[in-house]
Amino acid sequence: MNRARWIAAGLLAVVFLLALGANVLAPAPYAKQFRNDTDHPPSRQYPLGTDDLGRDRLSRLLYGMRISLLLAPAAALISTLLAAIIGGAGAYAGGAWDRSTKIMTDLFLSLPWLFLLLTVRALLPLEIPAMTSVIVTFALLGILGWAASARVVSAAVRGLRDSEFVLQARASGCPPSRLLLRHVLPNVKPILLAQFWISVPLFILTEANLGMLGLGVTEPLPSWGNLLRELENYAALTHSPWLWAPLASLVLVVSLFQFIVAGEEYAS
Amino acid sequence: MKSLRSISHHLIAIVLTALLGGLLGATLVRMAPGFGVQESDLNAQLSAETRQALHRQDAVERNVLSYYWHYLAGLSHGDLGYSRSMDRPVSELLRDRLPETLQSLAIGVAGGWLLGLALALPATWKRSPLYSATASVITGLFLCIPSAVLALLFLVIGSPGKLAIALVVFPKVFRFSRNLLIKTYALPHVLTAKARGLSSARILAYHVLPNIAGPMLALAGVTVSIAFGAAIPVEVVCDSPGLGQLAWKAALSRDVPLLVNLTLIIALVTVAANSFSDLLAPTATRDVI
Repeated sequence: MNRARWIAAGLLAVVFLLALGANVLAPAPYAKQFRNDTDHPPSRQYPLGTDDLGRDRLSRLLYGMRISLLLAPAAALISTLLAAIIGGAGAYAGGAWDRSTKIMTDLFLSLPWLFLLLTVRALLPLEIPAMTSVIVTFALLGILGWAASARVVSAAVRGLRDSEFVLQARASGCPPSRLLLRHVLPNVKPILLAQFWISVPLFILTEANLGMLGLGVTEPLPSWGNLLRELENYAALTHSPWLWAPLASLVLVVSLFQFIVAGEEYAS
Repeated sequence: MKSLRSISHHLIAIVLTALLGGLLGATLVRMAPGFGVQESDLNAQLSAETRQALHRQDAVERNVLSYYWHYLAGLSHGDLGYSRSMDRPVSELLRDRLPETLQSLAIGVAGGWLLGLALALPATWKRSPLYSATASVITGLFLCIPSAVLALLFLVIGSPGKLAIALVVFPKVFRFSRNLLIKTYALPHVLTAKARGLSSARILAYHVLPNIAGPMLALAGVTVSIAFGAAIPVEVVCDSPGLGQLAWKAALSRDVPLLVNLTLIIALVTVAANSFSDLLAPTATRDVI
């Protein structure tokens, strides 16, 4: 990693620490309502003001960031593992397995991502507890977001399967499990890592879109998606610039991720 | 012969998508909570015989394979089923809303391509690090903003929200075409043409475009899919009566049959767009070396 990427990683680490320390750093609990101070402008007590229910915006932003920054990597881990299992195993097995996993991947890729998410999300109950909605949203992202990564992983595994060193290892009697663990997996690891890093900002953005459509994390739990819904109040945007804070933080985090991802992609 | 085989491969892919997608959808509908619950059971005005008749009718739908068979038979006659939440046939809803989405997609895809190429071409010609960095930062910024927020921003400044789709598409077009153009401009035959003093326009038209037409057409298919995805939040935020808004309404009212039909149709359209661009790519690409 070059110096610029180290700086980006450092900034991202600071944001992570801020989000992780929400319990300590947040001036108030995320759901606490100060009913006498609704729509309060920024002050010493409320650095980003309060929303229309009197909840402290900074506290909600910190807690919302924590949810997205902890669960998007978890969802990315699920999708990368699924990509490794479906794409990698199919390509390694070859023949009909490879063809059927390819068809399945193409089918998933042909469905626009948000349409698929909406369909599957609609199959689950909409009125669910806030904590369940967080788990459901990110689990769906992880379970349905494997296809693009699987295509990359399967192409890499296919190349490795037909490579000379694997053929030689096979010819010298290397058992399939050892072949997979010692020769194929270490070579696919950088690709899996790159796919993981690519998925994290994608999932953060998708949750934000779902949240804005009212199908993501539900109130009173904050997330970038439902915090951005305050932007729908056009009239307040011009004289309340602090309403842009969730968008600014989202753009900062996603751009830092993308900056690091560019390096990972290049390395892999 | 080769092109016939390619066409048949793509047709098989479209048919497979329809069959697998339909089966997947039919299965998902059955897994949804509340499936099979009869509202008529709560209607005291209906007799026991009528309720039994309705149950018998429903029993056919409960078996996924029999339902799927009926669904395919209906599909072959253009019958896509009935939307309970909208109280209208799905085909009628699609007919009403498709033009709005197609218009949004056309504006979005065309705008995205124009903007992407308008930024990518100077980045290749000038090779100025400052221009390249600025263009990369601008496109990177748009990749970091959710499409729903982009649509909102357009509404705030009083512009049509549909243009937000163009801003979702253009970063992808810019990045892909810039990389492709840089590689193509470094090819020996292009360097020779430059050394012989050919004009920039002639080099682009005769030596660069024929080389990049194939991959660009493949990207065109992909951008249709990207634009479809962006159409949901954009149409919801801008309250435009298209397929994206219909999908969102169907999701909120848990009208799964409607959603499954919509997803299947959109999958077919995107697979067809990708297949079409894949088929055109070899004919569009000319070996100019």
